[in-house]
Amino acid sequence: MLIDVGSLAVMGVTLGAVLGTAAKLLAVPVNPIEEELQALLPGSQCGQCGFVGCSQYAAALAKGDTPITLCAPGGKGTIEALAKKLGVSADTHDHVEKGPEVAFIHEDLCIGCLRCIGECGSDAIVGAPKQLHTVISDACHACSKCFKICPTEAIEMRPIPPTIAGWHWSKPGDHATH
Amino acid sequence: MKLFPILGGIHPEYRKELTSEKPIVALPIPAVLYLPLQQHMGAPATTTVEPGDLVKKGQLLARGAGAISAPVHAPTSGKIVAITELTAPHPSGLPTLTIILETDGKDEWAELPAAIDDPFAVTPQVIRDRVAQSGIVGMGGATFPSAVKLGLGTAHKLEILLLNGAECEPYLTCDDRIMREHADAVVDGARIMAHALGAPKIIIAIEDNKPQAIEATTKAAASFDNVSVAPVPVQYPMGAERHLTQAITGRETPARKLTADVGVVVHNVATAKAVHDAVRLGRPLLSRVVTVSGGAVAEPKNIQVPLGTRVTELLAFCGGATNAKRYVSGGPMMGQPLPSLEVPVVKGTSGILALTQSETKEAEPQPCIRCGSCVTYCPCGLVPVEMASFIRHEKLEEAAKIGVQDCVSCGSCSYICPSNIPLVHFFNYAKGRIAALDRERRKTEQTKALVEAHNARLERLAQAKKEAAAKAKAAKEAEAAQAEASGASA
Amino acid sequence: MSILVDKSGPFTHGTNSVQLTMVTVLAALAPATLFNLYLFGWPAIFLFCVTMASCMAAEAACIRIAGGDPSRALSDGSVMITGWLLALSLPPWAPWWVATVASVFAVCLAKHAFGGLGQNVFNPAMVGRVVVLVSFPLQMTTFVPAKPLFSAQAPSFAESLHVTFGKAVSLDGISAASQLGLIKTELSRGIPVSQSMAHLPSLSDMMLGFHPGSMGETALPLILLGGLFLMWRKVISWHVPVAMLGTLFLLGTLFNAMDPARHASGWFHLISGASFLGAFFIATDYVTSPVSKSGQLAFGIGVGLLTWIIRTYAGYPEGVAFAVLLMNALTPILDQHFRPRVFGRTRKGEPLSLKGDK
Repeated sequence: MLIDVGSLAVMGVTLGAVLGTAAKLLAVPVNPIEEELQALLPGSQCGQCGFVGCSQYAAALAKGDTPITLCAPGGKGTIEALAKKLGVSADTHDHVEKGPEVAFIHEDLCIGCLRCIGECGSDAIVGAPKQLHTVISDACHACSKCFKICPTEAIEMRPIPPTIAGWHWSKPGDHATH
Repeated sequence: MKLFPILGGIHPEYRKELTSEKPIVALPIPAVLYLPLQQHMGAPATTTVEPGDLVKKGQLLARGAGAISAPVHAPTSGKIVAITELTAPHPSGLPTLTIILETDGKDEWAELPAAIDDPFAVTPQVIRDRVAQSGIVGMGGATFPSAVKLGLGTAHKLEILLLNGAECEPYLTCDDRIMREHADAVVDGARIMAHALGAPKIIIAIEDNKPQAIEATTKAAASFDNVSVAPVPVQYPMGAERHLTQAITGRETPARKLTADVGVVVHNVATAKAVHDAVRLGRPLLSRVVTVSGGAVAEPKNIQVPLGTRVTELLAFCGGATNAKRYVSGGPMMGQPLPSLEVPVVKGTSGILALTQSETKEAEPQPCIRCGSCVTYCPCGLVPVEMASFIRHEKLEEAAKIGVQDCVSCGSCSYICPSNIPLVHFFNYAKGRIAALDRERRKTEQTKALVEAHNARLERLAQAKKEAAAKAKAAKEAEAAQAEASGASA
Repeated sequence: MSILVDKSGPFTHGTNSVQLTMVTVLAALAPATLFNLYLFGWPAIFLFCVTMASCMAAEAACIRIAGGDPSRALSDGSVMITGWLLALSLPPWAPWWVATVASVFAVCLAKHAFGGLGQNVFNPAMVGRVVVLVSFPLQMTTFVPAKPLFSAQAPSFAESLHVTFGKAVSLDGISAASQLGLIKTELSRGIPVSQSMAHLPSLSDMMLGFHPGSMGETALPLILLGGLFLMWRKVISWHVPVAMLGTLFLLGTLFNAMDPARHASGWFHLISGASFLGAFFIATDYVTSPVSKSGQLAFGIGVGLLTWIIRTYAGYPEGVAFAVLLMNALTPILDQHFRPRVFGRTRKGEPLSLKGDK
């Protein structure tokens, strides 16, 4: 009886130790930089970068096998922040800055199906079933998820026109003032 | 009066003689006036008239919106023909909402608010309200709503109202002429402002290249014990708010603070005149004195211009401009290039300059030879050469660390640079870009907060659904059990 | 009508330009140079021309290789200053190839390898001088006493051609040591400075330039005049020259007082060698000295200190060139640490507190 209990106990301890060590050794490493990178991304999981969501893009960035210029909603600011974090130069030359955009719903085409509202990650669309939906421009960050899901193509991504308050001098030499 | 030295600074060619002896002449009222809703720092005004309305001189066209804003009034009588987007008098050349007023030539006054006969007997609030209602903004070019600035006395203990008549920008003589021709109104306006501010002392600072203005204001100030005139040396940028404060009081305004924090508020002399008109006569700000000058202008003049007059008409009144290399609104040092000659004169337009190549001396930039002149002449103690090289390589954070945001864009470094490097242009770019990045970062943060709230809500909903389902199941089971029990009992 | 807005203000500019600055420096150098060319005659004139021509040719070649427009680069005048200063730092009767080698190193290595005008870390003329000084010590330390043009002892035009362009001319018969070299060799033979000074021309003769040395080491009053002219034209400020000469003088005087047998006097340090040329024309080089006034003071003190140390303790009699180069290497660090105080901020960059302390 004592031997039985003893051997089982030894087996239990040994196997437990093996499993524990294995869990430690074979743990999927969570790169701390990954979390930091994810914190820099908008977090709306829009998928415009081609990855499923922001965390997947952050993981790819941490491994260094994807360009840092893919986040459309984040814009140039995010690219520069990522570049700084990763210690690479922000080569924004091949990045075509779309400029700020905002979703706009054409009233005559909207059928009030609620799909865009379900899709919107930042609660920027309000509306009720069978009622006209509308976009709260301030909350929209132009991830275009609603644009893609709208069954009637009632949603348009409109560029936000530049304002005097938001204007600034371009860098000397870049003759693109107007 | 004992003065204190200021750092750096330059002595550009002043060319004030082009207009300094030309008395202010009134411009005949143009057929059409173009009045942007934003002629000031802060929020644009909101219209109170509709196209087709007939308005009289001094009537409110748009009221100030929010805490920092200023109303717009009709400079003359006429008919509102449209309210539309037109090119703004701003280097961006972007459109801005503009009221178009077709004048009728009658120049009929609307009913004006009553004159305040004894401004020193009313509370400061009454004065501030009148100034706000009259649409007065800083007329030296900063265009900050004056009523807001006159409210600084409520939160700060002020000692001095410093009236800025330095007019250190080359070419400009509008303040000089106002001081010579309307010294009494300027001094009276200053006293009213000091009353609103609760500042016991008034000092009128004038660069000593304007002896007649010094004489006229000294005479006007003679009967008031608390008003004195301080001639200051000719040294650009003497008229910069913080530098003038230092020159007169020796007090250095800390970075990111206001001169009010060291007990001084600075207002422009033209603003004082406008306050006088608003308080003593009930007249809102309808026109301003503009110096039209530059080597390309046939007959340079100082002109009393109704707000909303297009630059082309102003130039035509001065015999036209030929061979102009640059058209500038304001002075040549800190003024802004005009995107078009169709833009109107606004409240902050102190000058319209048409400069020839021999005046602008524009040349292709050459490599920096590290002469250090920019460091020597920077009135803010910055190292422009280093900031520019950081900015050239897009290292904006490093540039910010060594103070690019403390730069006042006075232009001394660009002026003195032997290699013609557009240093100030680099700094303007950096300041704007840093602000834009800041806005973008805030937007991303806001989006993140929204997304997190959204996700939390979804989770809560899911949780609630699960609980509800569990509850429903439990209820159903209980019901079933009850039914069974009752069935059994039956 | 819309106007292209491609440039922010200011829309006016001072009259100064790179060219004007360079021409002013050349003008300031001209009197001393002309006097020295007169003192040392045709060989000096040939050497001067060779140096200028090789520097300009090297500049043109470098610009051409980099794909630029040589005429534009030459017109800024910077390479003429390099060539001019280099010529002044060579022994006037040195052979042509010393000048050419020095020029190529000065312009190609010290200037263009670093990116051209404004980018170089080290003073090009001094790099050129030091390269030939360490490579050809014999030619670089063979000085002749002044033999003014048209005087009896001056070499003829043909002889002069031979001196500069001829093959290995021996100047043994007429050569003489510079005063710094003299006291150094005498000291190594155990003769105290106080004694060897007696063999030197009088201080007043030395000041006027009637003594052996590189071209720029003589005619001090004219160099001083040029320096004061530059200060008057605001091309240079007093900071570097005063700091450098002051340090040199103070150290010289101090150590001379402590041990006259071992150390030359402060006055001697001031007027011998390239002290003046270095203080007014070489250490003040814009590109390779700090941009702030406080940095320039530190730079000047450093040059003075190193010059004195090298002259006193190192193997070479003259140390201005080495001192300048060493301090050039420190310029980026000086630039970082010596900045003006920003308006409204403390030295550390924090906003001033409202109590008004600084």
